Amino acid sequence: MKEFKNFTMNFGPQHPAAHGVLRLVLQMDGEVIKDADPHIGLLHRATEKLAESKPYNQSIGYMDRLDYVSMMCNEHAYVLAIEKLLNIDIPDRAKYIRVMFDEITRILNHLLWLGAHALDIGAMSVFLYSFREREDLMDSYEAVSGTRMHATYYRPGGVFRDLPESMPKYEKSIIKNKDELKDLNYNREGTLLDFLEDFVSRFPECINEYENLLTDNRIWKQRTVGIGVVNPERALELGFTGPMLRGSGIPWDLRKKQPYEVYNKLKFDIPIGKTGDSYDRYLVRIEELRQSNKIIKQCIDWLKNNPGPIMINDAKVATPNRENMKEDMESLIHHFKIFTEGYCIPEGETYTAIEAPKGEFGIYLISDGANKPYRLKIRAPGFPHLSALNEMCKNHMLSDVVTIIGTQDIVFGEIDR
Amino acid sequence: MNIIFIILNSLIDILLVVVPLFLIVAYTTYSERKIIGFMQSRMGPTRVGPYGMLQPIADIIKLLTKEIIIPSNANKGLFLTAPIIMLVPSLLVWSVIPLSEYFVIANINAGLLFILALTSLSVYGVILAGWASNSKYAFLGSMRSAAQIIAYEIAMGFALVGVLMAAGSLNLQEIIISQKGGIIHWYWIPLFPLFIIYLISGIAETNRAPFDVSEGESEIVAGFHVEYSGITFAMFFLAEYMNLILISILVSIMFFGGWLSPFESTFLEHYFNWIPGFIWLSIKTLFFIFLFLWLRATLPRYRYDQIMRLGWKVFLPITLVWIFLEGFMIYYKIQPWFSV
Repeated sequence: MKEFKNFTMNFGPQHPAAHGVLRLVLQMDGEVIKDADPHIGLLHRATEKLAESKPYNQSIGYMDRLDYVSMMCNEHAYVLAIEKLLNIDIPDRAKYIRVMFDEITRILNHLLWLGAHALDIGAMSVFLYSFREREDLMDSYEAVSGTRMHATYYRPGGVFRDLPESMPKYEKSIIKNKDELKDLNYNREGTLLDFLEDFVSRFPECINEYENLLTDNRIWKQRTVGIGVVNPERALELGFTGPMLRGSGIPWDLRKKQPYEVYNKLKFDIPIGKTGDSYDRYLVRIEELRQSNKIIKQCIDWLKNNPGPIMINDAKVATPNRENMKEDMESLIHHFKIFTEGYCIPEGETYTAIEAPKGEFGIYLISDGANKPYRLKIRAPGFPHLSALNEMCKNHMLSDVVTIIGTQDIVFGEIDR
Repeated sequence: MNIIFIILNSLIDILLVVVPLFLIVAYTTYSERKIIGFMQSRMGPTRVGPYGMLQPIADIIKLLTKEIIIPSNANKGLFLTAPIIMLVPSLLVWSVIPLSEYFVIANINAGLLFILALTSLSVYGVILAGWASNSKYAFLGSMRSAAQIIAYEIAMGFALVGVLMAAGSLNLQEIIISQKGGIIHWYWIPLFPLFIIYLISGIAETNRAPFDVSEGESEIVAGFHVEYSGITFAMFFLAEYMNLILISILVSIMFFGGWLSPFESTFLEHYFNWIPGFIWLSIKTLFFIFLFLWLRATLPRYRYDQIMRLGWKVFLPITLVWIFLEGFMIYYKIQPWFSV
């Protein structure tokens, strides 16, 4: 008898469906996957170690770059951990702003996921539609922080600055005449909140548009139903969180179970799946888009009626007023000190987790009383998900590997850290 | 002298078909990018020339001037033959396509058979390309393609048998003429399931979305032609688009009366008499090309085994049953299609 060997295939790191730099060594029997071995580390940037060598407030920017499609949520966990150790409470307005931007981030993340997942399965258009909506949210990121992605907007003690009173507008150019400009700028005449309100009112229709293309599509169903099934018990054992866990039918959401900021004052539901396959996870995430939209709406209403401070009044943590700095020498010195040396945090340790779009994003922070963390451990939701890839892929076909990578919503920034 | 004249004559005929064909292929790619662009709320090419009209020309120049990279462990001879095997049949087929009531390069009696034979030949190009590249992705792509084309070739063949039975001829001109008598006389009504199956098999045969598993961008990168570059890649590309146009034109010929006017034997007939048959054929063909592009923008990709299942378990039985029913229709001379 001739001996037959399995076909070993290197899937990635240079592969259109590898979602960054995933390297997957596949043992295949024809098209059927017998073993999938994910290799990580190709995007390792030593964030945890870097954070140990910098004052607390200088590492916020690194958090953006972990899961680079849910930037502000990562910041949130880090900032929340510092606040917990400092034992400070931030103003309500800052809390609402944070929650609003967390949900904007969730929509950003889920839209990218939806687009990429659909593109992996072969439906091109959804990708471009979801990017059309992402563009508006990116603009609101830019309006508050000055950057479209790596915002560094949340700060210990509040947020960097209050929501802007005006939105940046499209300007005249050789390809845009006056009428086109008017169409483009129609929702940018008011404040950021007006802009977001407009977005929130038209977004449900956009979700319907995506669903039109996918939800009842036979091919989409054939490609996702029954693919990568994880039963609830196994999902818990594997350490799944977020939509991956909820897709298996376990209603676990930190926003409900351990409410942080103002989530306990807001009305929203937690969607859960039934069978734990890719299709259920898709439905869960689509519903989360709608729920996030609802939360943003509530935050906008609150923020419109409740002006107030967005930073705590504690000069040890908060940066001095920009105007004062121009005249007042002490303020200038204070500003310089806070950004070069930071502040010391009392000895202690904390594990602070938030519900990031991908799952539980946790920061384990140990302080030895210095101005730098003694140890910072990041619990990235993608890591346990990726660990389960082999189990989920086994005996599926090559095309399903792509579906499963997509449904796990893997981003290598957070897995490799 | 006479022989030289005949050769010259057919050479001119060939040029009359092939040169516009290449141009049409070039602008099919352009319109594909534009149409899908608008469907996806973006612009498509805008940079080269007005509205990006010269983009295909720029692409051709780019592909012609690029280096052909031959992988070090590839079988050089086969690697370079594969694109030729791919391109030649899809060019040859055009010799029997009746473009109007007067113009066809070779009006042969076995036209349909000739087409079936040549379109099946292109699978060798795919298999050889995948195998000769000596790359795992290309290999998988060609395996998929081989299985897929065999499955769909059969359904396609049976759909053609249906047309053959209805028309009683393999000659494409005669197939068109037998559909004379306006839009309700065309074969798309009595052969509706066969028409749908032929259309879908056609998409599968040309490896286009949602059946593009052999290229499967997100799965096996570019499938069988992953190692090809420059002009060798361009030949695959050309063949793909030529097949796309070919399938569209064949559907219009076999099920939509080719160059016949849809308004025959209605009161509108003499208003539209001035339109030449070629224009009618073009309109029908363009509609099907548009349909292909539309599908590409809308549908997700099938999985390889699902395509197989669709081909063997759904299409094949349907065609068999319908051919049987069609036999009855012909036997009982169901009007207005089977009067003879």
